[in-house]
Amino acid sequence: MVAAADSDGALAGKGGAVTVRAPVPLFRKPSVIPGFGLTLGFTLTYLSLIVLVPLAALIVRSSSLGWGGFWSAVTTPRVIAAFEVSFGLSFAAALTNAVFGFLVAWVLVRYDFPGKRLVDALVDLPFALPTAVAGIALSALYAPNGWLGKPLNELFGLKVAFTPVGIAIALTFIGLPFVVRTVQPILQDLPAEEEEAAASLGASRFQTFRSVILPAVLPALVTGFALSFARGVGEYGSVIFIAGNMPGLTEIVPLLIVIKLEQYDYAGAAAVGTAMLGVSFLMLLILNLLQQWMRSRHAR
Amino acid sequence: MPADTSISAPASIPVPPAQSALTEPAWVRAALIGGALLFLALFLLLPLVAVFVEALRRGFDAYWTALIEPDAVAAIKLTLIVAAIAVPANLLFGVAASWCVAKFDFRGKNLLITLIDLPFSVSPVISGLIYVLLFGMNGLFGSYLRDMGVQIIFAVPGLVLATVFVTFPFVARELIPLMQEQGSDEEEAALVLGASGWQTFWRVTLPNIKWALLYGVLLCNARAMGEFGAVSVVSGHIRGETNTMPLHVEILYNEYNFVAAFAVASLLAMLALVTLVVKTALEWRFGDELAAARH
Repeated sequence: MVAAADSDGALAGKGGAVTVRAPVPLFRKPSVIPGFGLTLGFTLTYLSLIVLVPLAALIVRSSSLGWGGFWSAVTTPRVIAAFEVSFGLSFAAALTNAVFGFLVAWVLVRYDFPGKRLVDALVDLPFALPTAVAGIALSALYAPNGWLGKPLNELFGLKVAFTPVGIAIALTFIGLPFVVRTVQPILQDLPAEEEEAAASLGASRFQTFRSVILPAVLPALVTGFALSFARGVGEYGSVIFIAGNMPGLTEIVPLLIVIKLEQYDYAGAAAVGTAMLGVSFLMLLILNLLQQWMRSRHAR
Repeated sequence: MPADTSISAPASIPVPPAQSALTEPAWVRAALIGGALLFLALFLLLPLVAVFVEALRRGFDAYWTALIEPDAVAAIKLTLIVAAIAVPANLLFGVAASWCVAKFDFRGKNLLITLIDLPFSVSPVISGLIYVLLFGMNGLFGSYLRDMGVQIIFAVPGLVLATVFVTFPFVARELIPLMQEQGSDEEEAALVLGASGWQTFWRVTLPNIKWALLYGVLLCNARAMGEFGAVSVVSGHIRGETNTMPLHVEILYNEYNFVAAFAVASLLAMLALVTLVVKTALEWRFGDELAAARH
């Protein structure tokens, strides 16, 4: 990548020496390839109109409340309870996904079994299946008279639909591919030599796993966890059908935003949305830093 | 390549004792495979099966009736219209963005890439909310739009905008890593040989990226047709007018019309399955050309 950029620059440098063109090296390296102005202009315009201006409207709208108004809008008991539900259950679901996603990735990379390619393709189902479809399917499965809801209730007394457990299950469904797809390539590229060395030095298989394989995969696992977690916090479609949506108990933040909008409380909706966006960016940032720290610690 | 003790292809041949230091005992392997398959069957496969079983619970006639009912047909049409606008728009953007990011070095490039990915980390509900705040009745431009007689929120333009937002990065994020890896040597050669910029793009760049492009469009389309949260906020749920298929599913389900809800849902599930099949086929057939895009 660096080499490509260098040769690119060298070539472009020669071209720049022959044809006299306006030098703008402070902004970009000169190049013989045309279309920079056109594509960058289009990209920035489109990006601004679709993404940046509307997101700015969110900030502007919630700032119209003033700091005090914003604070009181996002610290009502109902909002705080919704944040606890959303973040707590997303965390639980991401943790479940970290464990089972790793297991699935491990099995797909290390072992052979009939139908493996089919299983590999199936892992992406939550990416492809519309969330509303997942939502009604899960809610039918785990309803008190559903295929899974009935036996779970009769055998263990566990109610899933319309309880926090149901939300966690929906978020697990949605987040699983993030962990599998981030861990899988790392596991694939793990050099066999390190494991051979560990084994020849007398490590048991479990010791090799714990001290050689796991540290190498851990940054990817944390990334997958973070992605799954972030997706869970914002998830709406797959959750609302199974959640029951009781304020304070099974009401998630995105639903609360929708409710505020339906009551024409635009400023309140904007405030809760801004808070949610802020908190999830903050958590992503922390997890990113954590991941960098781990990577530098386990760098070879 | 001679069979060695590499762990990358272990168990297809019976594992000789010499390899046992590099893999797990047979019972551990069986248990892990069993555990993973059981988890996937319970969490992924069962919901998918449930959609079709519930849809056909009252037989095929009831299923078919639910699909040809006028509101369902209107929802299907609207979904196709919205996708037919949003996907080409993001396709055009994806190509332009990846061209300027991959072929040029300029300041703020990493920031631009981050901003392009931004919609992926925004909750779907917020993706709808931002347009309501701009164009809704009490929104920033609300009164202006009302005077002009233009309706965006609770109308098709709002649905398109929200869909464009949530599917914004799909094409660009497939193309950018691939085009960065390919570099611009071939384009430079074409230009030096006298090709125009457009000729270079159509004859050199496009053939190099076509499969990744298709891959991105495929994922973009699946999300565009299946999006729920964002369009739910801007739609207003007017039956037959601003209801896309996922929203129609919600309405039917909340009316306890389960067979009809699952019937429409089964169409979306089929779309998901077709997407997965084509995606997997692309990955098997053109894995190398997509490799950069898939991390």
